[in-house]
Amino acid sequence: MIRVEDLHRAFGGQRVLRGLTLQVAPGEIMVVIGRSGGGKSVLLKHLLGLLRPDSGRVVVNGTDITHLRGPALDRIRERYGVVFQGGALFDSMSVFDNVAFPLREKTRLRSREITGRVEEKLDQVGLAGMGHKNPAEISGGMRKRVAIARALVTEPEVVFFDEPTTGLDPILVNTIHHLILGMHRKFRFTAVMVSHEIPEIFGIADRVAMLHDGVIVEQGTPDVIQGSANPIVQQFVRGDVEGALRPA
Amino acid sequence: MSEPAAPAPQALPVRLVGTVGAVTLDVMAALGRFGAFLGDAVAHLFIPPFKLRQLLDRIHFIGFRSLTIVILTGAFTGMVLGLQVFLTLSRFGSEAFLGPAVALTLIRELGPVLCALIVTGRAGSALTAEIGIMRISEQIDALTVMALNPTRYLVVPPIVAGLLTFPLMTALFDVVGIFGGYLVSVELLGLSSGTYFGEMQNFVDMTDIMTGFWKALSFGVIVSWVCTYKGFHCGHGAEGVARATTQAVVLSSVLILVWDYFLGSVLP
Repeated sequence: MIRVEDLHRAFGGQRVLRGLTLQVAPGEIMVVIGRSGGGKSVLLKHLLGLLRPDSGRVVVNGTDITHLRGPALDRIRERYGVVFQGGALFDSMSVFDNVAFPLREKTRLRSREITGRVEEKLDQVGLAGMGHKNPAEISGGMRKRVAIARALVTEPEVVFFDEPTTGLDPILVNTIHHLILGMHRKFRFTAVMVSHEIPEIFGIADRVAMLHDGVIVEQGTPDVIQGSANPIVQQFVRGDVEGALRPA
Repeated sequence: MSEPAAPAPQALPVRLVGTVGAVTLDVMAALGRFGAFLGDAVAHLFIPPFKLRQLLDRIHFIGFRSLTIVILTGAFTGMVLGLQVFLTLSRFGSEAFLGPAVALTLIRELGPVLCALIVTGRAGSALTAEIGIMRISEQIDALTVMALNPTRYLVVPPIVAGLLTFPLMTALFDVVGIFGGYLVSVELLGLSSGTYFGEMQNFVDMTDIMTGFWKALSFGVIVSWVCTYKGFHCGHGAEGVARATTQAVVLSSVLILVWDYFLGSVLP
């Protein structure tokens, strides 16, 4: 269970989060939607302990991580897997080494076991036989899939996805979403995804939360969000130019 | 309900003091972060696990790949010294002191300083750019959320590599420089080989060598510390990395010269 309570955060006088409250239940896929620059990635960085709020708190499985540091925070992060927006693959390593890296550094598995698990994971994301390539040699979609393989190789309890399909073509978007859904069914991790791929995310989310002006203005199942009477949510879901939301 | 009244404008001296105070606080905070960064790295020097593979990679990157430029610069520095000092000493009929003059200048001063400046330009700038790109592409965040301390992987190895390679590269620079001076003064200008090397043994002692050694050692820390810090704290995008790289080279170079003066006045 992840609980975000009354989170406030400003950068140089600009208030990005203004009392955000959100709950993510164990095993569910929660998708946070909202406009670009609206604070979705900032929220994610608070959940990861990369940013500290001005006020409010983040509770993960009963532990308040808001002010945790060092090994105490690392113990929470050891249960995490993260897929960054650009993949954040280590460009000095091959695809295989990128996926193997968390296993080599965080476990006592033998080399043969690591090889087996990495190859299995690469196969699951459709990249069998691509382990020798460098991240620079593969396409954007492949990089996202390598990032997913790396995030899942340690079999984490919670997986965070920061816009995992941004910049991909519609077929790749659906491929990545199906991949996430398939992995979720298999491993039953809790997923928090930041995205604005509408309507595709309604096909994979258990619940959707709409972030606007630093607060969650609406949350619920995909049906609830799609049928919301909130004009901001409706405009965002329909992508209307006219309405309360103005082009940034 | 009425709006709260706007605060009255402050007098010029008050604003001036406020500005000076704010700038001072910013500078002190920056220095604090800079110092804490090194303190964190030093603490991780003694906390396992130690990243031997990363250390060897950094030794190769900072040390081995700088050898060509160090040898080239050392040779020409020695040759220039040999030529200029010969011309000066010959006015006083003191050419016999050319060898010691070249050796002492290189060992105590020019070797450590020029070697450090050259390596800053070649390896330090690349180190900042590499870490900066890792910062803006979220690779450092990726390490952090894997519960792997980025300092252990990205800061400690270059600092240890700097400690190990700078004295060795400086020694190489000195030796090549002395032979560069030999080439010009003995082979081209006709000074006898015995005079060049014989007097050198009389004038250069272990204190001079240790002075150069301590300088090289501390320059190794300064360059790797500044360059990793600037990469770690670079701004956004390509411009942020470019600015961090420039700042790293400029700050390292200035600190090398300032610290060189300080050590020169403290060490025997």
